Amino acid sequence: MNSFKDSGHIFRLAAVFIVGLAIFVAVRALLVPRSFGKYGHYRGDAIGEIASRPVNFAGHQACEDCHADVLTKKTAGKHARVACEACHGALSNHAADPASVTPNKLDAAVLCARCHQANTAKPATFPQVQAEEHSGGIACDTCHQPHSPVIVAEGKK
Amino acid sequence: MLPVEGFMYPNEVELQWSVLIVLYPFLTGLVAGAFILASLERVFRVEAVKPTYRLALLTALAFLLVAPLPLQLHLGHPERSFEMYLTPHRSSAMAMFGFVYLWYLMAVLVTEIWLDYRADIVALSKSASGWTRCIYRLMTLGSTNVSPRALEIDNRVGWVITIIGIPSAFLLHGYVGFIFGSVKANPWWSTPLMPVVFLFSAIVSGIAVVMLLYMLLTWLRKKPLDMPCIDTIARYLFYTFIIDFSLEMLDLIHRIYEAGESFRSLDFMVHTRLYLPHIIIQILLGTVTPIVLLALTQVLTLTDSTRKRVYAVAGVSTLIGIFAMRWNVVIGGQLFSKSFLGYTTYKMGFATREGLLPAILLMVLPFVILWVLVKLLPPWTDNTTPSAVASRS
Amino acid sequence: MNITRRHLILLLPAAALAWEHVLAGTPEASPNYKLTEHWWSMLIDIPKCIGCGNCVRACQTENDVPDGYFRTWIERYHVEDWGMENPIVDSPDGGKNGFPPSEHIGGKNFFVPKLCNHCAESPCTQVCPVGATFITPDGVVLVDKKYCLGCRYCVQACPYGCRFIHPKTNTAEKCTLCYHRITKGLTTACCEACPTGARQLADLKNPKDPIHEFLRTHSVQVLKPHMATNAKVFYNGLDGSVR
Repeated sequence: MNSFKDSGHIFRLAAVFIVGLAIFVAVRALLVPRSFGKYGHYRGDAIGEIASRPVNFAGHQACEDCHADVLTKKTAGKHARVACEACHGALSNHAADPASVTPNKLDAAVLCARCHQANTAKPATFPQVQAEEHSGGIACDTCHQPHSPVIVAEGKK
Repeated sequence: MLPVEGFMYPNEVELQWSVLIVLYPFLTGLVAGAFILASLERVFRVEAVKPTYRLALLTALAFLLVAPLPLQLHLGHPERSFEMYLTPHRSSAMAMFGFVYLWYLMAVLVTEIWLDYRADIVALSKSASGWTRCIYRLMTLGSTNVSPRALEIDNRVGWVITIIGIPSAFLLHGYVGFIFGSVKANPWWSTPLMPVVFLFSAIVSGIAVVMLLYMLLTWLRKKPLDMPCIDTIARYLFYTFIIDFSLEMLDLIHRIYEAGESFRSLDFMVHTRLYLPHIIIQILLGTVTPIVLLALTQVLTLTDSTRKRVYAVAGVSTLIGIFAMRWNVVIGGQLFSKSFLGYTTYKMGFATREGLLPAILLMVLPFVILWVLVKLLPPWTDNTTPSAVASRS
Repeated sequence: MNITRRHLILLLPAAALAWEHVLAGTPEASPNYKLTEHWWSMLIDIPKCIGCGNCVRACQTENDVPDGYFRTWIERYHVEDWGMENPIVDSPDGGKNGFPPSEHIGGKNFFVPKLCNHCAESPCTQVCPVGATFITPDGVVLVDKKYCLGCRYCVQACPYGCRFIHPKTNTAEKCTLCYHRITKGLTTACCEACPTGARQLADLKNPKDPIHEFLRTHSVQVLKPHMATNAKVFYNGLDGSVR
């Protein structure tokens, strides 16, 4: 191009693009979240936001601090490794304010069956029974104490 | 609960990508294909297809303007879609979308249309009246220089833009193929052939749609159809289709032969749930039929009117077939479980956000936009000002 | 309950101690948690899983998981003799309410709990177009639901089917390894609720974590190793038929 006067319109087009690019860069600088890129290609603040979600299960340590008597019984029995809330459900609200929140009474028939109802896919070494054959349909806690479920025969200790 | 056959992972039962995601590659495919047809004349000097040059560009623009809409309707948070411009994740093919789209729209398509039409725009900015005059004046960008030298510059720059435009068109649609082809989790999608198959089927669909539009608009305008033009377009359609079909058959044969882990599950799916859309519609109706019809026009000597009818049928069945191909890839890829042990069903709603009704409306919208564009920027050389025609020789 | 003065003297300090543990669940706690000191993973011991569904229910309770979607679930496998390539699998409501008796006689039967594998080279974080899902410096793959567009690409890219779109927030969701718990010294809800210890949280950067010894002394696998995602959920006793 030896004369620029006939390519004025091309420069105008280029100007439109350059202005557009400038606006884009400016808007981008305004809108990208501040913490973005802090740890990687993501909003760094998200980690803190996700970590600060309230907890629903208190964790067995919280229970054990007050209910030491149950803990003693449980530790000596077969349910030693079963966490309190595994049966009693999420109770962080009770742990936070024990007086105001009373945990629900549990239905042994439903609860015990979930683990101990016989199923071919359960490991063979795991204690499982057919409820009707085993007890004729009476509630499990009639004979078994859930915190220490093994029935000790009379006279033995 | 959707009818599930066999076993699926619990979260897989519901399909993630709907008919709108089928529509998106179909639309961008038409854009890429129409542009390639336009570039045949501009870069490869296939003079015969010149009458469709401008129409092809306007068609590409009409479809490109609609292309982001199915995506917006599909997103869980469309109001956040601008984030792709703010923080594009460079490892994600999808992040490319915003920039490739914008580049192709502005730097290629709009620029090329502007350069080609500039003489007409300047003339119309003086002769038009009412609010259209304002539009034309805006489009001139304030410059009314239509001297032979200026138009020569337009021509040169336009040629360069087209050269850049060809790989840009490949990128615009090829990345969609890569979006699917790079998902290692999905064996129906994961193949290096995917971007290539997508691209060639895009070119086929784009050529077919421009061919059909040209035939339709010429008929509506009651003008004679340029037979050498349409014959040339049909020939290119035929050649491209052969390549596309070969690629798809190569993928199929490869899968059948290797019979990898997923093969049994996919094979069963194609023979049952996907039988109608894949075997009948895509392959028989949508690929074999148009190829045979086009082959006949190459081999036999047919009258003009017979050839026109054959082209029309071939064009329509091609478009149906290419749409079916997108459907089979997107929907088909979600019908089987990644455990290879089960299948689910796609329940397409009608008047829901991602249902059939919005899909139909989005398919119709580009033609409405094209109608507006054709009125605003007439592509026909048989009633434009002599200066515009003379400048591009 | 009748509380005597004696009871009170015993109860009050216990309550105070308990309160400390509850406070551990509040945001202000654990200012000493250093991201770079941890690399979280999980160990799943297949021979111990009894398919009780406690983990699925606990996860739903802890994380408000909507019905019909699963951050964790249990699959039951039935494998006939040497029919490793044709297992019969079921997962009724993700195993949330346990499993009904099986119709299949004989063969090999077992449960497989599944969750997000928190892959160190996850395909899901690779494909996110905006950086809404990511792996933290301590090895947990999370979703920023304020940034997620709901494009569903990550759901497609996960080979394990552990992601879904939350019907209310329209953003991607999945197991967070109870990030809000593990950063405060608690274990995940599913591990807490598991009665047999089949699921155990593990910190690969903690030299005292029992996982190191376990990995040295057992044959462990990850799901779909051919996907090369560098998955961090390790399975002990995983059968070859597991998909």
